Amino acid sequence: MGKALAEKIWAEHVVAAAAGEPDLLYIDLHLIHEVTSPQAFDGLRLANRKVRRPDLTIATEDHNVPTLNVDKPIADPVSKLQVDTLRKNCAEFGVRLHSLGDVEQGIVHVVGPQLGITQPGMTIVCGDSHTSTHGAFGALAFGIGTSEVEHVLATQTLPLHPPKTMAINVDGTLQAGVTSKDIILAVIAKIGTGGGQGYTLEYRGSAIRALSMEARMTICNMSIEAGARAGLIAPDQTTFDYVKGKAHAPTDGDWDAALTYWKTLTTDADAKFDKEVNLNADELAPFVTWGTNPGQGLPLTASVPNPDDYSNAEDRGAVKRALEYMDLKPGTPLKSIKVDTVFLGSCTNGRIEDLRSAASVIKGKKIASSLRLLVVPGSARVRLQAEAEGLDKVFLDAGAEWRSAGCSMCLGMNPDQLKPGERAASTSNRNFEGRQGKGGRTHLVSPLVAAATALKGTLSSPADL
Amino acid sequence: MEKFLKHTGNALPLRRSNVDTDQIIPAVYLKRITKSGFEDGLFAAWRNDPAFELNQPQYKFATVLVAGPDFGTGSSREHAVWALQNYGFKVILSSRFADIFRGNSQKMGLLTVILPQADIEKIWQEIESKPDTQITVDLGAKTVAYAKTTLTFDIDDYTRWRLMEGLDDIGLTFTKLDQVSKFEEKRLSFKPKTLPIR
Repeated sequence: MGKALAEKIWAEHVVAAAAGEPDLLYIDLHLIHEVTSPQAFDGLRLANRKVRRPDLTIATEDHNVPTLNVDKPIADPVSKLQVDTLRKNCAEFGVRLHSLGDVEQGIVHVVGPQLGITQPGMTIVCGDSHTSTHGAFGALAFGIGTSEVEHVLATQTLPLHPPKTMAINVDGTLQAGVTSKDIILAVIAKIGTGGGQGYTLEYRGSAIRALSMEARMTICNMSIEAGARAGLIAPDQTTFDYVKGKAHAPTDGDWDAALTYWKTLTTDADAKFDKEVNLNADELAPFVTWGTNPGQGLPLTASVPNPDDYSNAEDRGAVKRALEYMDLKPGTPLKSIKVDTVFLGSCTNGRIEDLRSAASVIKGKKIASSLRLLVVPGSARVRLQAEAEGLDKVFLDAGAEWRSAGCSMCLGMNPDQLKPGERAASTSNRNFEGRQGKGGRTHLVSPLVAAATALKGTLSSPADL
Repeated sequence: MEKFLKHTGNALPLRRSNVDTDQIIPAVYLKRITKSGFEDGLFAAWRNDPAFELNQPQYKFATVLVAGPDFGTGSSREHAVWALQNYGFKVILSSRFADIFRGNSQKMGLLTVILPQADIEKIWQEIESKPDTQITVDLGAKTVAYAKTTLTFDIDDYTRWRLMEGLDDIGLTFTKLDQVSKFEEKRLSFKPKTLPIR
């Protein structure tokens, strides 16, 4: 029987295997940031260990950094100490670091692909659950905890049990105004936040093949929101075209060898997935979450659900709790919900295509006077590219704030936070209670819906304008 | 890592599903650069509510957390495990754990035990009616015992052995570094390197 792509990549990275033990898996690329690494470097120091492969390691500052006044010292002393600690650790252990102010600085999952160090067939890890993003290139990429960060720094390997495989088949054609964000929100609503536990997801089908690399990254990014540590898409011409010419892409003879290898990275025709899920792209509509986990989503045309409609007592309780937190009444049309803040950015939707699509809706118009629109490019390069295209001017003219790169309001670790009770439409990945600021309420949406919502003041798609 | 053999303690019922790691410890608490002192951030937002279980005096000394399904979803922050341990928890019982959270727990010696939801429900009822109920979790025997009930649970033998011996993975992998070096010799030459900077 043939193998699924995830199984192939796994098999090619097994350093040691023994019955009853986890496989020892080689890691091709380790991405680092300031929040989940300080304790790992401390561990190395305590044990008098080195970073085994600094040349397969790269760090950036993203989670904690401000998006205003980035040329000045970080105002919050605790944040500053954490960032300074990363700088000190990288200098001491010889790890490449892109600091605030550096042209390559940005969200770690935007930076990797942009530098061309994210390539098909690799194993990629980072102390961040959205590492699944890199799966869009046909890489096996997943988030790890700080103990594992230390393990990879010390040994460039991880002991792991192989996950099962799940195919997410998305066939058909997306209608205008429907994006890859809507695909993944629909997938999560279908299989639930725990549906992918123990699996690597492989997104397949004609609707996936038709997506750009950046749209594919949005889908793989949120695999973790379906419970899967990793999600991937087999590489194809779209992938190869995207990687070619990037700073760390193979060149000359290496390119030919790489391409030959990358073309083998597909799921065999006779492979059998442990589970399959099917979605029809023709039927998908712009999606929005109404609750406090990413599985609590519905098409924008729907209404807030009623807890009494759920037969299972636990679901009923969870929905009731979510509606209380979100301050929503059953039966309210989602399109009537008024928001205070629109956040455009994050490792999910902070790339140039995301900014372009939002700008195309906003161009020449003004945002609703009742709200603020925060535009945070995913990396310094994305910001520069957007400025070269005049997108900054489109956003600023509309009344938006144009910021420097970072994770920003996606997780509310830096000063960009919602106030208690404030409601946001956000292109990020998590609508957990307080995720974007204590007491804040989040509706997850695509960049198109974010842009339309910013203009109208209530949850909207461009078709509603 | 401390060895985990057997633990007996009071239990806290947490009747919520999908408790994500942002609830276990909100992002604003992640700025510290140590592994200690995170107990004040544990369930920080929920602790503002006097009715929250953690604030109730009868559960003050709980060391076993009995949680709803899909505990530990979301962010990979190991700070969630540290916060639970810093607070004093030794064992988490749930019908389903998020993969990364469970892996992090196993690295740190916080035992995560999977039990069917029906059993979790019975334990909730028991500890809600008798908060001083002691729960004993025996990793060697793979059992959870309380009142007159003894339940068995599954855990892979390798993880169980490592937890019972208190072994850290890095030390174990260091015995295989020769194999790592051999693997590195055969790696495809076109795979990217981060250094030198291009």
